[in-house]
Amino acid sequence: MADVVRLEYRNVTMRFAQRGGQGVLTAIRGVSFRVGDGEVVSLIGPSGCGKSTLLNIGAGLTTPGEGAAFVDGERVEGPNAHVAFMLQKDLLLPWRTVAENVMFGVEIQRVAPAERRARAERLLANFNLSEFAGHYPHQLSGGMRQRVALARTLAVDPHVLLLDEPFSAVDAQTRMLLQRDLAQTLKRAGKTALLITHDLLEAVTLSDRVLVMSARPGSIIDEIAIDLPQRDDPIARRSAPKVSDYVARLMERLDISHASLESQSVDGRA
Amino acid sequence: MSDAGRTSLIRNGTLASVALLVLFLAAWQWGPGLLGIPTFIVPPLSMVAGEFVHAWQINHLLLHTGVTAAEVLTGFLLGSLLGAFVGYLLGMSPTAEFALSPYILALQIAAKVAFAPLFILWMGFTVYPKILVAILIVFFPVMVNVLTAIRGVDPDLVNLARAFKATRAQIFWMIEFPSSMPPMFAGLRIGSTLAVVGVVVGELVGGNRGLGYLLTFGEGQANTPMVFVSIVMLTLVGGIAYLAVILIERRVLHYLPARNIGSNF
Repeated sequence: MADVVRLEYRNVTMRFAQRGGQGVLTAIRGVSFRVGDGEVVSLIGPSGCGKSTLLNIGAGLTTPGEGAAFVDGERVEGPNAHVAFMLQKDLLLPWRTVAENVMFGVEIQRVAPAERRARAERLLANFNLSEFAGHYPHQLSGGMRQRVALARTLAVDPHVLLLDEPFSAVDAQTRMLLQRDLAQTLKRAGKTALLITHDLLEAVTLSDRVLVMSARPGSIIDEIAIDLPQRDDPIARRSAPKVSDYVARLMERLDISHASLESQSVDGRA
Repeated sequence: MSDAGRTSLIRNGTLASVALLVLFLAAWQWGPGLLGIPTFIVPPLSMVAGEFVHAWQINHLLLHTGVTAAEVLTGFLLGSLLGAFVGYLLGMSPTAEFALSPYILALQIAAKVAFAPLFILWMGFTVYPKILVAILIVFFPVMVNVLTAIRGVDPDLVNLARAFKATRAQIFWMIEFPSSMPPMFAGLRIGSTLAVVGVVVGELVGGNRGLGYLLTFGEGQANTPMVFVSIVMLTLVGGIAYLAVILIERRVLHYLPARNIGSNF
């Protein structure tokens, strides 16, 4: 792990008042972990274990009940220009062209117009989307839209990317290509990323480390370092022999072979 | 639908529309005579056309149409602006919506045209009571649509903007305001036709200008053709208002795929 810690969760606990009742629901209990500079860490766990809540805490959108998140050593008190997040939904604005959508974040942050355009052009070129700069989102395929969303996330030049199941809404082939795009981009730019996913293979092929969370109240129950070469080529990594061992271990930790659908949370994402 | 399919739909549809119009005009011209309906009940087309020329030359038809059109335009613009403004205000302040919603609902349920005599008592036989009825009647569809649109903005989209450190004003101008455009135009379409209703009711109740006045004038003289001329001109004013809204909508919502702009109704 690199010496510089980019993102840190220190003893984060989150409770919600239960709807209707008097009870208090503990969504996350005592979560602590660190993500070093340039590291890609995946977070897996059953539905409703508080993964998305952790991401919102990191983005400064939710304040934890106890503990805190830190970005570059600074306590996260609210939205932070060094963090950018990306969701399963592309959240592209239908009235903006592809280039304008990429510039959405930098426009909010009042970057000078010439610089905004330069960044959008560069990122669209990186993702082979230059010829679609003037198109509207409805004219693009799902995979292209998700690449535009990734370009928008990178346009603000964040230190830390928070990715919440970014590719779970696209078909399997497109997903592999998007994973490769993401892996190459993260490697090239040396970005730090926290990736939430349900896809065990995605977690193994994209990450340096995988953190396993328990069912609610969510806490970290295992940490697996992925000792594989070529983090920038998840497609090549798929065929590495050790991958199936890692996936088997993750399945065991998640208790997937014994789990029933009834034991899964009924309220889905937390 | 394929482009070829759409082209043939437009061609066949236009042909059928024109055929229907010719059929309707022919039935209007010769139908009443064949069925033995007296001309003071349903005057044939040629008689209405003659009355049109007469009203144009003698009864200042153009002036009355112009007055009505101006009242419709003013009432529609002010009512839409007010409706949009209140819609955004209530959309951004749940407290205000909670506090004001019973009163807004009461005003919505009240038959707004029933206010026309009251406004005439207050403001006399001027253009103002007519405009006021139109404002009141246009206000609701625009306000409700804008309010619903603001409420319906994806919270994840707002969170995305917040994560980029957007200010409240940026969230409004970059997300909420553009998001509200398609539903707002749906409200404006309804409003443009309702504005004509509001103005006509105002003119029917009192005054000596406008197509509504011409309607009662023709009625008082048992001049059925003049009533018909007034109805045709009113339809024309309403049609132009509606068409104007659609043309502006197509420009503003150019980014939507054509099928999402809605039908022509």
